[in-house]
Amino acid sequence: MPHPLADAATARSTLVTMWEIRRFEEAVDDLFARGLMHGTMHLSIGQEASPTGVCLALRETDAITSTHRGHGHCIAKGADLVRMMAELLAKETGYCRGRGGSMHIADVETNNLGANGIVAGGIPIAAGAALAYKLRGEDRVVACFFGDGAVNEGAFHEAVNLAAIWHLPVVFICENNKYGMSFSTEKSMLVHHVAEKAAGYGIPGVTVDGNDVPAVYEAMETAVARARAGEGPTLLENVTYRWKGHSKSDKNLYRTRDEISEWQEKDPIPHFEAQAIEAGLLTAEDVAAVRDEVVATLRAAVREANSAPDADPSDLLDSVFAQA
Amino acid sequence: MTDQTRVITYAEAIREAIGQAMDADDRVFMLGEDIGVYGGAFGVSGDLYGRFGGERIRDTPISELGIVGAAVGAALAGMRPIVEIQFSDFTNQAMDQIVNQAAKIHFMLGGAANVPLVLRAPLGSGTGAAAQHSQSLEAWFAHVPGLKVVMPATAEDAKGLLLAAIDDPNPVIVLEHKLLYRTSGPVAEEAFRTPLGTTAVRRQGRDVTVVATGIMVSRALEAAEVLAEQGIDISVVDPRTLTPLDAGPILDDVSTTGRALLVQEAPGHVGYTAELAARIAESPALYRLLAPIKRLSGLDVPIPYAPQLERSVVPQVADIVEAAQTLVKES
Ligand SMILES: Cc1ncc(C[n+]2csc(CCOP(=O)(O)OP(=O)(O)O)c2C)c(N)n1
Repeated sequence: MPHPLADAATARSTLVTMWEIRRFEEAVDDLFARGLMHGTMHLSIGQEASPTGVCLALRETDAITSTHRGHGHCIAKGADLVRMMAELLAKETGYCRGRGGSMHIADVETNNLGANGIVAGGIPIAAGAALAYKLRGEDRVVACFFGDGAVNEGAFHEAVNLAAIWHLPVVFICENNKYGMSFSTEKSMLVHHVAEKAAGYGIPGVTVDGNDVPAVYEAMETAVARARAGEGPTLLENVTYRWKGHSKSDKNLYRTRDEISEWQEKDPIPHFEAQAIEAGLLTAEDVAAVRDEVVATLRAAVREANSAPDADPSDLLDSVFAQA
Repeated sequence: MTDQTRVITYAEAIREAIGQAMDADDRVFMLGEDIGVYGGAFGVSGDLYGRFGGERIRDTPISELGIVGAAVGAALAGMRPIVEIQFSDFTNQAMDQIVNQAAKIHFMLGGAANVPLVLRAPLGSGTGAAAQHSQSLEAWFAHVPGLKVVMPATAEDAKGLLLAAIDDPNPVIVLEHKLLYRTSGPVAEEAFRTPLGTTAVRRQGRDVTVVATGIMVSRALEAAEVLAEQGIDISVVDPRTLTPLDAGPILDDVSTTGRALLVQEAPGHVGYTAELAARIAESPALYRLLAPIKRLSGLDVPIPYAPQLERSVVPQVADIVEAAQTLVKES
């Protein structure tokens, strides 16, 4: 809830979140490369400021919907790293008991309504959850994450319009990392900013530096306040960049090394470390301590997840339908 | 193998077919997500973008309904579009254009117009992509009057059936199995056609007729080797186009062996093998059966992520072996 630079404790926990996202994905990348992890992975390395800033502006009772690139969203909303890792390692103790994997991970306890393998699939769902909260008179907001590619799907337009005309308590967060797989936003739309699309629905559209946690937080806080006040949705565009390929099959032919390294220099994590140090909230030693601490956390998480029992095929048929 | 026949992959065979069709006919063009410089999510389009340029290898935003709809319109206006949908699961986004528009326009207009559209999409499990990227939805399309449905099981068929699909004046859904893209086989270099509606008998046997589609064809052929060692000789029959279905060779083979084992990756309930079982039961082949018709399908479960769960949901070679043994024992 507080501003990331409100006090030393918040600055520290903000930094921990960002490093946990980074190190979790590096661990996943490594496990995959060593053949110890199945499937494919969509890493959000370079984008950590967006989920971190967004979720800081939420209460525990607020919900999120997430995407195929959702590890960061899940962690920032408070998921347990061991259960996340266990899911990706196909364990019975994973969040989805090995059924969902990275692309379908959800942590209902932290009001994470789920990742989604379908581009834009979560956007109408977010509007629907917000409708439920509004109908029941609950003071809860939904933060709906999606990429720039998703705004070209019909689902985006239909959902944003519904949320707008019904004044739903939802914030639509476009993580604009410049590419939908290989197709750049320069090619996929004729407006410069995704946020400009908000005008078509009569709602505010805001573009911020998505690598700057305070900027993301401040824009999100305004949008959340508007949603809580019953004034309806906002379209927030966090401009950021993914360092890694789209997934494991990406040969990276559609962008240059220069472009990638230019963005690597805008790494959101050291950027925030510098802000916290400059604000006098953290020292260089604090920052180093956080880095070490998170390395140890992840090492322990992988170890613990690995030692859990494998997901078991024997009761698959029973888990298709919910029991009445 | 003729002189111009080489061993190439299933993906290469598809690319070659598209390239040859585009060389031969200016009306043919391709549209889909990441088919340009990326080369396609499964590498199928490869260098086509370099050869034909962005007008004809048309990279699109993530907009399946728009893409298929644009292809329907272009086809109606005299072009021959080939749409690539990244995973067949995402045809869901475009279902109105496929089912309500493409499939029906010729009929609704009293035959005054055609929609010569090809929609290619990978189906099936085995890659750990989980429930929203691993489905086998062929029965959905096969159930819609006006759509032709193709499931190539070999590199040769991937090429020949695709070229036939491009020639066809109707919308044709070509469902390619993800695990087959990197498999290879002999394919002729020339632009040959494999007519839609012609069943292939992949192996002739005495004891059991195994009818298999998609990836299950190669699994059935592997099972045949194992069964042969046990003295069980199976036929493997591949309809390769689900609509139109050439049932003749299936019924003939079942009449010879007296046993039918129908294998598919898709869930069994209301699946395509139910149609095949009904065709057999409605024909004189019924009177030749020595045992009840047997179906072997995927479980009625979404495809799970964990590899051990994923494998357990769809038929494997050992399951086919066991089902064939059971059929022989039962009779
Ligand atoms: C409906 C649908 N179409 C296509 C895909 C394949 N796909 C998965 S992610 C992706 C790119 C998404 O881009 P964007 O929304 O910008 O998110 P990012 O990957 O950049 O985070 C594509 C094309 C899909 N999963 N769902």
